[in-house]
Amino acid sequence: MKINKKSPYFMVCVVLLIVLAILFMFPLYWIITGSVKEKSDILLKAGEAIQWWPRAATSVNYEKLFNMQVTWELFGSSFRLPAAIKWLYNSVFISVMAMLLTCVTASLAGYVLAKKNFYGKAIIFGLFVCAMALPKQVILIPLVTLAKTLGLSESAWSVIFPVVGWPFGVFLMKQFSETIPTSLLEAARIDGAGELRTFWDVVVPIIKPGIGALAIFTFINAWNEYPLQLVMLHKTEVKTIALGIAGLQAEMSTDYGLIMAGAALGAIPIIVVFLVFQKYFTQGITMGAVKG
Amino acid sequence: MAHSVAAKSRAIRRRETMVAYLFLLPALAVFACFVITPMVMGFVTSFTNSHLGGSEFVGFDNYIRLFQDPKFLRSAWNTIFIVLIAVPAVTAFSLWVSTAIYRMHATVRSFFRCVFYLPVVTGSVAVVVVWKWMFNTYNGLFNHVGTSMGLLEKGIDWLGNSTTAIWCILIILFTTSIGQPIVLYVAALGNVDQSLVEAAEVDGATNHQTFWKIKWPSIMPTTLYIVVITTINSFQCFALIQLLTSGGPNYHTSTVMYLLYETAFKTYQYGYADAMGVILALVIALFSALQFKVMKGGTTE
Repeated sequence: MKINKKSPYFMVCVVLLIVLAILFMFPLYWIITGSVKEKSDILLKAGEAIQWWPRAATSVNYEKLFNMQVTWELFGSSFRLPAAIKWLYNSVFISVMAMLLTCVTASLAGYVLAKKNFYGKAIIFGLFVCAMALPKQVILIPLVTLAKTLGLSESAWSVIFPVVGWPFGVFLMKQFSETIPTSLLEAARIDGAGELRTFWDVVVPIIKPGIGALAIFTFINAWNEYPLQLVMLHKTEVKTIALGIAGLQAEMSTDYGLIMAGAALGAIPIIVVFLVFQKYFTQGITMGAVKG
Repeated sequence: MAHSVAAKSRAIRRRETMVAYLFLLPALAVFACFVITPMVMGFVTSFTNSHLGGSEFVGFDNYIRLFQDPKFLRSAWNTIFIVLIAVPAVTAFSLWVSTAIYRMHATVRSFFRCVFYLPVVTGSVAVVVVWKWMFNTYNGLFNHVGTSMGLLEKGIDWLGNSTTAIWCILIILFTTSIGQPIVLYVAALGNVDQSLVEAAEVDGATNHQTFWKIKWPSIMPTTLYIVVITTINSFQCFALIQLLTSGGPNYHTSTVMYLLYETAFKTYQYGYADAMGVILALVIALFSALQFKVMKGGTTE
Protein backbone atom coordinates (compact mmCIF):
# COMPACT_ATOMS: atom_id res chain seq x y z
CA MET A 1 0.00 0.00 0.00
CA LYS A 2 1.21 3.48 -0.84
CA ILE A 3 1.78 5.53 2.26
CA ASN A 4 1.35 9.17 1.73
CA LYS A 5 3.70 10.38 4.43
CA LYS A 6 2.86 14.01 3.74
CA SER A 7 -0.91 13.64 4.06
CA PRO A 8 -2.40 15.76 6.85
CA TYR A 9 -4.16 12.71 8.32
CA PHE A 10 -0.86 10.89 8.69
CA MET A 11 0.75 13.92 10.34
CA VAL A 12 -2.12 14.25 12.82
CA CYS A 13 -1.80 10.55 13.65
CA VAL A 14 1.92 10.85 14.28
CA VAL A 15 1.50 13.86 16.55
CA LEU A 16 -1.32 12.17 18.48
CA LEU A 17 0.71 8.99 18.84
CA ILE A 18 3.68 10.88 20.24
CA VAL A 19 1.47 12.71 22.76
CA LEU A 20 -0.14 9.42 23.80
CA ALA A 21 3.23 7.71 24.08
CA ILE A 22 4.37 10.44 26.47
CA LEU A 23 1.19 10.08 28.53
CA PHE A 24 1.64 6.30 28.71
CA MET A 25 5.24 6.61 29.85
CA PHE A 26 4.48 9.35 32.35
CA PRO A 27 3.38 7.15 35.32
CA LEU A 28 6.65 5.24 35.09
CA TYR A 29 8.57 8.51 34.88
CA TRP A 30 6.68 9.79 37.92
CA ILE A 31 7.53 6.61 39.87
CA ILE A 32 11.24 6.84 39.11
CA THR A 33 11.61 10.59 39.67
CA GLY A 34 9.34 10.41 42.72
CA SER A 35 11.58 7.79 44.25
CA VAL A 36 14.60 10.13 44.23
CA LYS A 37 12.78 13.31 45.29
CA GLU A 38 13.07 15.04 48.65
CA LYS A 39 9.90 15.27 50.70
CA SER A 40 9.67 19.02 50.00
CA ASP A 41 9.54 18.32 46.25
CA ILE A 42 6.90 15.64 46.65
CA LEU A 43 4.30 17.40 48.74
CA LEU A 44 2.81 19.97 46.43
CA LYS A 45 1.69 23.24 47.94
CA ALA A 46 -0.94 25.44 46.34
CA GLY A 47 0.59 28.23 44.31
CA GLU A 48 3.97 26.55 44.10
CA ALA A 49 5.32 25.21 40.85
CA ILE A 50 5.44 21.44 40.40
CA GLN A 51 8.87 19.86 40.50
CA TRP A 52 8.67 17.98 37.20
CA TRP A 53 12.28 17.06 37.64
CA PRO A 54 13.89 16.33 41.06
CA ARG A 55 15.87 19.40 42.16
CA ALA A 56 18.57 17.20 43.65
CA ALA A 57 18.45 13.42 43.47
CA THR A 58 18.37 11.86 46.91
CA SER A 59 18.73 8.29 48.07
CA VAL A 60 16.84 8.96 51.30
CA ASN A 61 13.71 7.06 50.17
CA TYR A 62 15.70 3.99 49.25
CA GLU A 63 17.61 4.13 52.52
CA LYS A 64 14.34 4.19 54.41
CA LEU A 65 13.05 1.27 52.33
CA PHE A 66 16.14 -0.83 53.00
CA ASN A 67 16.04 -0.01 56.70
CA MET A 68 12.96 -2.20 57.08
CA GLN A 69 14.47 -5.60 57.78
CA VAL A 70 13.26 -9.18 58.03
CA THR A 71 14.83 -12.36 59.30
CA TRP A 72 15.55 -15.02 56.71
CA GLU A 73 15.91 -18.61 57.84
CA LEU A 74 18.15 -20.42 55.40
CA PHE A 75 19.77 -23.82 55.87
CA GLY A 76 19.26 -23.71 59.61
CA SER A 77 20.91 -20.35 60.14
CA SER A 78 19.03 -17.08 60.22
CA PHE A 79 20.18 -13.64 59.21
CA ARG A 80 18.73 -10.14 58.82
CA LEU A 81 18.32 -8.48 55.48
CA PRO A 82 16.23 -5.65 54.01
CA ALA A 83 12.61 -6.74 53.54
CA ALA A 84 12.56 -5.30 50.01
CA ILE A 85 15.42 -7.56 48.95
CA LYS A 86 13.62 -10.61 50.36
CA TRP A 87 10.45 -9.58 48.52
CA LEU A 88 12.39 -9.26 45.27
CA TYR A 89 13.95 -12.67 45.87
CA ASN A 90 10.49 -14.16 46.52
CA SER A 91 9.13 -12.67 43.30
CA VAL A 92 12.11 -13.97 41.32
CA PHE A 93 11.79 -17.43 42.91
CA ILE A 94 8.07 -17.67 42.14
CA SER A 95 8.48 -16.42 38.57
CA VAL A 96 11.47 -18.62 37.75
CA MET A 97 9.90 -21.78 39.19
CA ALA A 98 6.57 -21.11 37.50
CA MET A 99 8.42 -20.49 34.24
CA LEU A 100 10.55 -23.66 34.38
CA LEU A 101 7.68 -25.94 35.40
CA THR A 102 5.30 -24.45 32.85
CA CYS A 103 7.81 -24.85 30.03
CA VAL A 104 8.44 -28.52 30.85
CA THR A 105 4.83 -29.57 31.44
CA ALA A 106 3.35 -27.50 28.60
CA SER A 107 5.85 -28.50 25.92
CA LEU A 108 5.44 -32.21 26.73
CA ALA A 109 1.64 -31.94 26.73
CA GLY A 110 1.42 -29.59 23.76
CA TYR A 111 3.58 -31.89 21.63
CA VAL A 112 1.46 -35.02 22.17
CA LEU A 113 -1.78 -33.08 21.74
CA ALA A 114 -0.55 -31.82 18.38
CA LYS A 115 1.27 -34.87 17.05
CA LYS A 116 -0.11 -38.06 18.61
CA ASN A 117 -3.33 -39.92 18.13
CA PHE A 118 -4.60 -41.43 21.33
CA TYR A 119 -7.79 -42.36 23.14
CA GLY A 120 -9.36 -39.45 25.02
CA LYS A 121 -7.43 -36.74 23.17
CA ALA A 122 -10.53 -34.75 22.23
CA ILE A 123 -11.87 -34.81 25.79
CA ILE A 124 -8.61 -33.69 27.33
CA PHE A 125 -8.05 -30.92 24.85
CA GLY A 126 -11.67 -29.83 25.27
CA LEU A 127 -11.19 -29.63 29.04
CA PHE A 128 -8.11 -27.44 28.61
CA VAL A 129 -9.93 -25.09 26.23
CA CYS A 130 -13.04 -24.84 28.42
CA ALA A 131 -10.98 -24.05 31.51
CA MET A 132 -9.24 -21.30 29.61
CA ALA A 133 -12.51 -19.57 28.79
CA LEU A 134 -13.39 -19.41 32.48
CA PRO A 135 -12.21 -16.58 34.70
CA LYS A 136 -9.25 -17.71 36.77
CA GLN A 137 -9.95 -15.38 39.66
CA VAL A 138 -13.20 -17.07 40.70
CA ILE A 139 -11.23 -20.06 41.98
CA LEU A 140 -9.26 -17.93 44.46
CA ILE A 141 -11.31 -18.93 47.53
CA PRO A 142 -11.23 -22.70 46.96
CA LEU A 143 -7.53 -22.40 46.09
CA VAL A 144 -6.85 -20.97 49.55
CA THR A 145 -8.70 -23.90 51.18
CA LEU A 146 -6.85 -26.32 48.92
CA ALA A 147 -3.46 -24.80 49.76
CA LYS A 148 -4.25 -25.18 53.47
CA THR A 149 -5.22 -28.83 52.98
CA LEU A 150 -2.01 -29.53 51.08
CA GLY A 151 0.09 -27.77 53.72
CA LEU A 152 1.13 -25.03 51.29
CA SER A 153 -0.13 -22.07 53.36
CA GLU A 154 2.22 -19.06 53.24
CA SER A 155 4.43 -20.96 50.80
CA ALA A 156 5.62 -19.75 47.41
CA TRP A 157 4.37 -23.03 45.93
CA SER A 158 0.76 -22.04 46.65
CA VAL A 159 1.25 -19.32 44.03
CA ILE A 160 3.47 -21.29 41.66
CA PHE A 161 1.25 -24.35 41.10
CA PRO A 162 -1.95 -22.52 40.09
CA VAL A 163 0.09 -20.51 37.56
CA VAL A 164 1.64 -23.72 36.17
CA GLY A 165 -1.76 -25.43 36.03
CA TRP A 166 -3.32 -22.71 33.90
CA PRO A 167 -3.78 -24.31 30.45
CA PHE A 168 -2.68 -21.37 28.30
CA GLY A 169 0.84 -22.81 28.05
CA VAL A 170 -0.40 -26.20 26.84
CA PHE A 171 -2.50 -24.42 24.27
CA LEU A 172 0.39 -22.25 23.08
CA MET A 173 2.79 -25.19 22.81
CA LYS A 174 0.22 -27.19 20.87
CA GLN A 175 0.10 -24.34 18.34
CA PHE A 176 3.88 -24.36 18.00
CA SER A 177 4.07 -28.17 17.81
CA GLU A 178 1.69 -28.24 14.86
CA THR A 179 4.59 -26.94 12.77
CA ILE A 180 6.76 -30.03 13.41
CA PRO A 181 6.96 -32.03 10.16
CA THR A 182 5.53 -35.52 10.81
CA SER A 183 8.13 -36.97 8.41
CA LEU A 184 10.90 -35.89 10.81
CA LEU A 185 9.23 -37.73 13.68
CA GLU A 186 8.87 -40.85 11.53
CA ALA A 187 12.51 -40.65 10.44
CA ALA A 188 13.55 -40.53 14.08
CA ARG A 189 11.41 -43.57 14.85
CA ILE A 190 12.85 -45.53 11.93
CA ASP A 191 16.34 -44.65 13.20
CA GLY A 192 15.29 -46.37 16.42
CA ALA A 193 15.07 -43.29 18.64
CA GLY A 194 12.89 -43.70 21.74
CA GLU A 195 10.03 -41.35 22.54
CA LEU A 196 11.97 -39.21 25.01
CA ARG A 197 14.97 -39.06 22.70
CA THR A 198 12.77 -38.00 19.79
CA PHE A 199 11.23 -35.32 21.97
CA TRP A 200 14.58 -33.98 23.14
CA ASP A 201 16.53 -34.20 19.84
CA VAL A 202 13.83 -33.52 17.25
CA VAL A 203 10.88 -31.75 18.86
CA VAL A 204 12.59 -29.39 21.31
CA PRO A 205 14.92 -27.75 18.74
CA ILE A 206 11.92 -27.02 16.49
CA ILE A 207 9.65 -25.59 19.19
CA LYS A 208 12.45 -23.63 20.88
CA PRO A 209 11.06 -20.22 19.84
CA GLY A 210 7.73 -21.31 21.32
CA ILE A 211 9.37 -22.32 24.57
CA GLY A 212 11.12 -18.95 24.64
CA ALA A 213 7.82 -17.15 24.16
CA LEU A 214 6.10 -19.21 26.84
CA ALA A 215 9.00 -18.73 29.26
CA ILE A 216 8.95 -14.96 29.11
CA PHE A 217 5.15 -14.85 29.07
CA THR A 218 4.88 -17.02 32.19
CA PHE A 219 7.66 -15.15 33.98
CA ILE A 220 5.91 -11.79 33.58
CA ASN A 221 2.47 -13.23 34.38
CA ALA A 222 3.67 -14.92 37.55
CA TRP A 223 5.48 -11.75 38.62
CA ASN A 224 2.30 -9.71 38.19
CA GLU A 225 -0.19 -12.31 39.50
CA TYR A 226 -1.20 -10.00 42.32
CA PRO A 227 -4.68 -11.33 43.29
CA LEU A 228 -3.34 -14.85 43.86
CA GLN A 229 -0.38 -13.58 45.87
CA LEU A 230 -2.71 -11.37 47.89
CA VAL A 231 -4.88 -14.23 49.13
CA MET A 232 -2.04 -16.72 49.62
CA LEU A 233 0.89 -14.85 51.17
CA HIS A 234 0.53 -12.70 54.30
CA LYS A 235 3.69 -12.95 56.39
CA THR A 236 6.23 -10.18 55.78
CA GLU A 237 9.03 -12.58 54.90
CA VAL A 238 7.06 -14.53 52.28
CA LYS A 239 5.58 -11.49 50.51
CA THR A 240 6.39 -10.72 46.90
CA ILE A 241 7.54 -7.28 45.80
CA ALA A 242 4.02 -6.48 44.54
CA LEU A 243 2.53 -7.32 47.94
CA GLY A 244 5.33 -5.39 49.61
CA ILE A 245 4.51 -2.22 47.67
CA ALA A 246 0.79 -2.65 48.34
CA GLY A 247 1.61 -3.02 52.04
CA LEU A 248 3.73 0.13 52.01
CA GLN A 249 0.83 2.02 50.51
CA ALA A 250 -1.62 0.67 53.07
CA GLU A 251 0.64 1.48 56.03
CA MET A 252 2.26 4.77 55.04
CA SER A 253 -0.14 6.15 52.49
CA THR A 254 1.36 9.64 52.34
CA ASP A 255 5.05 8.80 52.28
CA TYR A 256 5.03 8.91 48.50
CA GLY A 257 8.81 8.93 48.18
CA LEU A 258 9.08 5.62 50.03
CA ILE A 259 6.16 4.06 48.11
CA MET A 260 7.67 5.16 44.77
CA ALA A 261 11.03 3.70 45.78
CA GLY A 262 9.28 0.37 46.35
CA ALA A 263 7.34 0.69 43.09
CA ALA A 264 10.54 1.45 41.16
CA LEU A 265 12.26 -1.54 42.72
CA GLY A 266 9.36 -3.76 41.67
CA ALA A 267 8.81 -2.32 38.20
CA ILE A 268 12.32 -1.85 36.83
CA PRO A 269 13.51 -5.51 36.91
CA ILE A 270 10.40 -6.78 35.13
CA ILE A 271 10.55 -3.99 32.54
CA VAL A 272 14.18 -4.85 31.81
CA VAL A 273 13.25 -8.53 31.40
CA PHE A 274 10.44 -7.52 29.06
CA LEU A 275 12.60 -5.22 26.94
CA VAL A 276 15.34 -7.83 26.57
CA PHE A 277 12.98 -10.62 25.53
CA GLN A 278 10.19 -8.60 23.94
CA LYS A 279 10.58 -10.27 20.54
CA TYR A 280 9.67 -13.66 22.02
CA PHE A 281 6.95 -12.10 24.09
CA THR A 282 5.18 -10.57 21.11
CA GLN A 283 5.39 -13.93 19.34
CA GLY A 284 3.78 -15.68 22.31
CA ILE A 285 0.83 -13.32 22.40
CA THR A 286 0.15 -13.63 18.68
CA MET A 287 0.59 -17.42 18.51
CA GLY A 288 -1.75 -17.93 21.45
CA ALA A 289 -4.47 -16.06 19.59
CA VAL A 290 -4.61 -17.74 16.19
CA LYS A 291 -7.44 -20.22 15.91
CA GLY A 292 -9.48 -19.70 19.06
CA MET B 1 -3.78 -61.35 7.21
CA ALA B 2 -6.10 -58.32 7.36
CA HIS B 3 -7.02 -59.33 10.86
CA SER B 4 -3.42 -59.22 12.05
CA VAL B 5 -2.85 -55.81 10.41
CA ALA B 6 -5.83 -54.43 12.29
CA ALA B 7 -4.59 -55.99 15.52
CA LYS B 8 -1.17 -54.51 14.91
CA SER B 9 -2.51 -51.01 14.30
CA ARG B 10 -4.61 -51.31 17.45
CA ALA B 11 -1.50 -52.31 19.36
CA ILE B 12 0.32 -49.27 17.96
CA ARG B 13 -2.53 -46.99 18.97
CA ARG B 14 -2.53 -48.47 22.46
CA ARG B 15 1.18 -47.86 22.72
CA GLU B 16 0.76 -44.29 21.43
CA THR B 17 -1.95 -43.72 24.03
CA MET B 18 0.31 -44.92 26.80
CA VAL B 19 3.18 -42.70 25.67
CA ALA B 20 0.84 -39.75 25.21
CA TYR B 21 -0.50 -40.03 28.76
CA LEU B 22 3.01 -40.28 30.17
CA PHE B 23 3.86 -37.03 28.40
CA LEU B 24 0.59 -35.45 29.48
CA LEU B 25 0.85 -36.60 33.08
CA PRO B 26 2.73 -33.64 34.63
CA ALA B 27 0.52 -31.01 32.95
CA LEU B 28 -2.67 -32.95 33.66
CA ALA B 29 -1.77 -33.55 37.30
CA VAL B 30 -1.18 -29.86 38.06
CA PHE B 31 -4.21 -28.85 35.98
CA ALA B 32 -6.50 -31.35 37.72
CA CYS B 33 -5.23 -30.45 41.17
CA PHE B 34 -5.01 -26.66 40.93
CA VAL B 35 -7.65 -25.75 38.34
CA ILE B 36 -10.33 -28.44 38.11
CA THR B 37 -10.42 -29.35 41.81
CA PRO B 38 -10.88 -25.75 43.03
CA MET B 39 -13.55 -25.19 40.36
CA VAL B 40 -15.52 -28.18 41.65
CA MET B 41 -14.89 -27.18 45.28
CA GLY B 42 -16.14 -23.64 44.59
CA PHE B 43 -19.26 -24.94 42.91
CA VAL B 44 -20.08 -27.33 45.76
CA THR B 45 -19.34 -24.74 48.46
CA SER B 46 -21.69 -22.25 46.83
CA PHE B 47 -24.60 -24.43 48.06
CA THR B 48 -23.44 -24.27 51.68
CA ASN B 49 -23.19 -21.54 54.30
CA SER B 50 -19.48 -22.29 54.71
CA HIS B 51 -17.82 -19.82 57.09
CA LEU B 52 -15.03 -19.87 59.66
CA GLY B 53 -17.11 -21.90 62.13
CA GLY B 54 -18.32 -24.64 59.84
CA SER B 55 -20.46 -25.49 56.88
CA GLU B 56 -24.02 -26.65 56.27
CA PHE B 57 -25.91 -27.42 53.08
CA VAL B 58 -28.35 -24.59 52.33
CA GLY B 59 -29.44 -25.34 48.76
CA PHE B 60 -30.03 -22.28 46.62
CA ASP B 61 -30.22 -19.87 49.58
CA ASN B 62 -27.01 -18.07 48.65
CA TYR B 63 -28.22 -17.50 45.11
CA ILE B 64 -31.59 -16.19 46.29
CA ARG B 65 -29.87 -13.92 48.79
CA LEU B 66 -27.57 -12.55 46.08
CA PHE B 67 -30.38 -11.10 44.06
CA GLN B 68 -31.81 -9.35 47.12
CA ASP B 69 -28.47 -7.96 48.24
CA PRO B 70 -28.13 -4.26 47.31
CA LYS B 71 -24.31 -4.49 47.56
CA PHE B 72 -24.27 -7.32 45.05
CA LEU B 73 -26.70 -5.62 42.69
CA ARG B 74 -24.69 -2.41 42.77
CA SER B 75 -21.45 -4.34 42.20
CA ALA B 76 -23.04 -6.26 39.33
CA TRP B 77 -24.17 -3.00 37.73
CA ASN B 78 -20.69 -1.48 38.17
CA THR B 79 -19.14 -4.57 36.57
CA ILE B 80 -21.49 -4.33 33.58
CA PHE B 81 -20.83 -0.59 33.32
CA ILE B 82 -17.06 -1.19 33.30
CA VAL B 83 -17.40 -3.89 30.61
CA LEU B 84 -19.69 -1.72 28.48
CA ILE B 85 -17.29 1.23 28.53
CA ALA B 86 -13.93 -0.57 28.53
CA VAL B 87 -14.51 -3.14 25.77
CA PRO B 88 -15.52 -0.75 22.95
CA ALA B 89 -12.95 1.85 24.07
CA VAL B 90 -10.09 -0.64 24.21
CA THR B 91 -11.01 -2.31 20.92
CA ALA B 92 -11.49 0.92 18.97
CA PHE B 93 -8.43 2.64 20.39
CA SER B 94 -6.10 -0.33 19.85
CA LEU B 95 -7.38 -0.68 16.28
CA TRP B 96 -6.67 2.99 15.63
CA VAL B 97 -3.15 2.81 17.11
CA SER B 98 -2.41 -0.38 15.16
CA THR B 99 -3.56 0.99 11.81
CA ALA B 100 -1.42 4.06 12.45
CA ILE B 101 1.76 2.17 13.39
CA TYR B 102 1.76 -1.10 11.45
CA ARG B 103 3.18 0.40 8.26
CA MET B 104 5.84 2.40 10.03
CA HIS B 105 9.50 1.48 10.15
CA ALA B 106 10.03 -1.69 12.23
CA THR B 107 11.95 0.14 14.97
CA VAL B 108 9.34 2.88 15.33
CA ARG B 109 6.58 0.29 15.34
CA SER B 110 8.19 -1.77 18.05
CA PHE B 111 8.86 1.40 20.07
CA PHE B 112 5.15 2.30 20.11
CA ARG B 113 4.13 -1.29 20.77
CA CYS B 114 6.45 -1.35 23.79
CA VAL B 115 5.23 1.97 25.14
CA PHE B 116 1.59 0.89 25.06
CA TYR B 117 2.53 -2.44 26.62
CA LEU B 118 4.51 -0.78 29.42
CA PRO B 119 1.63 -0.41 31.93
CA VAL B 120 0.83 -4.14 31.60
CA VAL B 121 4.41 -5.16 32.31
CA THR B 122 4.87 -2.66 35.13
CA GLY B 123 2.20 -4.56 37.03
CA SER B 124 -1.05 -3.37 38.52
CA VAL B 125 0.41 -2.56 41.95
CA ALA B 126 3.16 -0.19 40.79
CA VAL B 127 0.78 1.40 38.28
CA VAL B 128 -1.96 1.91 40.85
CA VAL B 129 0.24 3.40 43.58
CA VAL B 130 1.49 6.12 41.25
CA TRP B 131 -2.00 6.87 39.89
CA LYS B 132 -3.33 7.01 43.43
CA TRP B 133 -0.74 9.65 44.20
CA MET B 134 -1.62 11.61 41.05
CA PHE B 135 -5.32 11.47 41.98
CA ASN B 136 -4.71 12.58 45.59
CA THR B 137 -6.76 15.59 46.63
CA TYR B 138 -3.97 17.50 48.37
CA ASN B 139 -0.69 16.24 46.93
CA GLY B 140 -1.85 14.96 43.57
CA LEU B 141 -0.69 16.15 40.21
CA PHE B 142 -4.14 16.49 38.65
CA ASN B 143 -5.55 18.87 41.21
CA HIS B 144 -2.34 20.88 41.31
CA VAL B 145 -2.15 21.30 37.54
CA GLY B 146 -5.92 21.83 37.31
CA THR B 147 -6.05 24.59 39.90
CA SER B 148 -2.86 26.35 38.79
CA MET B 149 -4.14 26.43 35.20
CA GLY B 150 -7.49 27.70 36.41
CA LEU B 151 -9.40 24.65 35.13
CA LEU B 152 -10.53 23.69 38.62
CA GLU B 153 -11.75 26.10 41.22
CA LYS B 154 -10.53 23.89 44.03
CA GLY B 155 -9.15 20.39 44.33
CA ILE B 156 -11.50 17.48 43.61
CA ASP B 157 -11.59 14.34 45.73
CA TRP B 158 -11.30 12.16 42.61
CA LEU B 159 -11.38 8.81 44.40
CA GLY B 160 -13.80 9.77 47.17
CA ASN B 161 -16.52 11.02 44.88
CA SER B 162 -19.00 8.44 43.58
CA THR B 163 -19.18 9.91 40.06
CA THR B 164 -15.47 10.44 39.45
CA ALA B 165 -14.11 7.35 41.21
CA ILE B 166 -15.40 4.85 38.67
CA TRP B 167 -13.91 6.91 35.82
CA CYS B 168 -10.54 6.93 37.57
CA ILE B 169 -10.71 3.14 37.62
CA LEU B 170 -11.76 3.04 33.97
CA ILE B 171 -8.79 5.21 32.94
CA ILE B 172 -6.30 2.94 34.68
CA LEU B 173 -8.04 -0.18 33.39
CA PHE B 174 -7.84 1.29 29.89
CA THR B 175 -4.10 2.00 30.07
CA THR B 176 -3.41 -1.50 31.37
CA SER B 177 -5.64 -3.22 28.79
CA ILE B 178 -4.62 -1.95 25.37
CA GLY B 179 -1.12 -3.46 25.18
CA GLN B 180 -2.14 -6.96 24.16
CA PRO B 181 -4.81 -5.90 21.61
CA ILE B 182 -2.28 -3.66 19.87
CA VAL B 183 0.23 -6.51 19.55
CA LEU B 184 -2.52 -8.74 18.12
CA TYR B 185 -3.86 -6.13 15.70
CA VAL B 186 -0.42 -5.19 14.40
CA ALA B 187 0.27 -8.86 13.67
CA ALA B 188 -3.14 -9.37 12.05
CA LEU B 189 -2.82 -6.28 9.84
CA GLY B 190 0.60 -7.48 8.73
CA ASN B 191 -1.00 -10.77 7.63
CA VAL B 192 -3.69 -9.23 5.44
CA ASP B 193 -3.35 -10.54 1.88
CA GLN B 194 -1.36 -7.81 0.12
CA SER B 195 -2.44 -8.88 -3.38
CA LEU B 196 -6.05 -8.06 -2.51
CA VAL B 197 -5.07 -4.66 -1.18
CA GLU B 198 -2.98 -3.91 -4.26
CA ALA B 199 -5.72 -5.07 -6.60
CA ALA B 200 -8.16 -2.77 -4.87
CA GLU B 201 -5.76 0.15 -5.19
CA VAL B 202 -5.24 -0.50 -8.89
CA ASP B 203 -9.01 -0.35 -9.23
CA GLY B 204 -8.89 3.09 -7.62
CA ALA B 205 -10.21 2.27 -4.15
CA THR B 206 -9.62 4.93 -1.52
CA ASN B 207 -7.76 4.18 1.71
CA HIS B 208 -11.07 4.30 3.47
CA GLN B 209 -12.58 1.70 1.12
CA THR B 210 -9.60 -0.69 1.26
CA PHE B 211 -9.75 -0.57 5.03
CA TRP B 212 -13.44 -1.30 5.49
CA LYS B 213 -13.90 -3.65 2.51
CA ILE B 214 -10.69 -5.69 2.69
CA LYS B 215 -8.70 -5.27 5.87
CA TRP B 216 -11.57 -5.03 8.37
CA PRO B 217 -13.19 -8.33 7.24
CA SER B 218 -9.86 -10.16 7.24
CA ILE B 219 -8.94 -9.04 10.77
CA MET B 220 -12.42 -9.94 12.06
CA PRO B 221 -11.27 -13.11 13.93
CA THR B 222 -8.65 -11.01 15.73
CA THR B 223 -11.24 -8.38 16.61
CA LEU B 224 -13.50 -11.03 18.11
CA TYR B 225 -10.63 -12.58 20.04
CA ILE B 226 -9.75 -9.13 21.41
CA VAL B 227 -13.37 -8.49 22.38
CA VAL B 228 -13.48 -11.81 24.22
CA ILE B 229 -10.24 -11.37 26.18
CA THR B 230 -11.00 -7.74 27.01
CA THR B 231 -14.46 -8.70 28.22
CA ILE B 232 -13.13 -11.52 30.40
CA ASN B 233 -10.48 -9.20 31.86
CA SER B 234 -12.92 -6.35 32.48
CA PHE B 235 -15.41 -8.70 34.14
CA GLN B 236 -12.63 -9.75 36.50
CA CYS B 237 -11.51 -6.20 37.29
CA PHE B 238 -10.32 -6.49 40.87
CA ALA B 239 -6.71 -5.55 41.67
CA LEU B 240 -7.19 -1.93 40.60
CA ILE B 241 -10.23 -1.56 42.82
CA GLN B 242 -8.77 -3.31 45.83
CA LEU B 243 -5.70 -1.06 45.67
CA LEU B 244 -7.33 2.20 44.60
CA THR B 245 -10.70 2.59 46.32
CA SER B 246 -11.49 -0.66 48.18
CA GLY B 247 -14.83 -0.50 46.41
CA GLY B 248 -15.71 2.86 47.91
CA PRO B 249 -17.24 5.30 48.30
CA ASN B 250 -20.13 3.23 49.58
CA TYR B 251 -19.70 0.39 47.03
CA HIS B 252 -19.87 2.79 44.10
CA THR B 253 -16.71 1.27 42.59
CA SER B 254 -17.20 -2.26 43.87
CA THR B 255 -17.33 -5.00 41.21
CA VAL B 256 -18.55 -8.58 41.61
CA MET B 257 -14.96 -9.78 41.81
CA TYR B 258 -14.13 -7.19 44.46
CA LEU B 259 -17.24 -7.98 46.50
CA LEU B 260 -16.36 -11.67 46.24
CA TYR B 261 -12.93 -10.95 47.68
CA GLU B 262 -14.36 -8.79 50.46
CA THR B 263 -17.05 -11.33 51.34
CA ALA B 264 -14.59 -14.20 51.47
CA PHE B 265 -11.51 -12.62 52.99
CA LYS B 266 -12.92 -9.83 55.15
CA THR B 267 -16.20 -11.28 56.43
CA TYR B 268 -15.32 -14.97 55.82
CA GLN B 269 -18.64 -15.97 54.22
CA TYR B 270 -17.06 -18.49 51.86
CA GLY B 271 -20.29 -20.10 50.68
CA TYR B 272 -21.90 -16.80 49.81
CA ALA B 273 -18.73 -15.58 48.04
CA ASP B 274 -18.49 -18.81 46.05
CA ALA B 275 -22.04 -18.30 44.84
CA MET B 276 -20.91 -14.92 43.43
CA GLY B 277 -18.01 -16.71 41.80
CA VAL B 278 -20.32 -19.24 40.16
CA ILE B 279 -22.58 -16.48 38.81
CA LEU B 280 -19.58 -14.53 37.51
CA ALA B 281 -18.12 -17.66 35.89
CA LEU B 282 -21.46 -18.51 34.28
CA VAL B 283 -21.88 -15.03 32.83
CA ILE B 284 -18.33 -15.00 31.48
CA ALA B 285 -18.60 -18.55 30.12
CA LEU B 286 -21.88 -17.68 28.43
CA PHE B 287 -20.34 -14.60 26.90
CA SER B 288 -17.21 -16.47 25.74
CA ALA B 289 -19.32 -19.23 24.20
CA LEU B 290 -21.41 -16.66 22.39
CA GLN B 291 -18.30 -14.95 21.05
CA PHE B 292 -16.73 -18.23 19.93
CA LYS B 293 -19.93 -19.09 18.13
CA VAL B 294 -20.02 -15.74 16.37
CA MET B 295 -16.33 -16.13 15.58
CA LYS B 296 -16.82 -19.59 14.04
CA GLY B 297 -19.74 -18.29 12.02
CA GLY B 298 -17.62 -15.37 10.85
CA THR B 299 -14.70 -17.44 9.65
CA THR B 300 -16.61 -20.17 7.82
CA GLU B 301 -18.46 -17.62 5.70
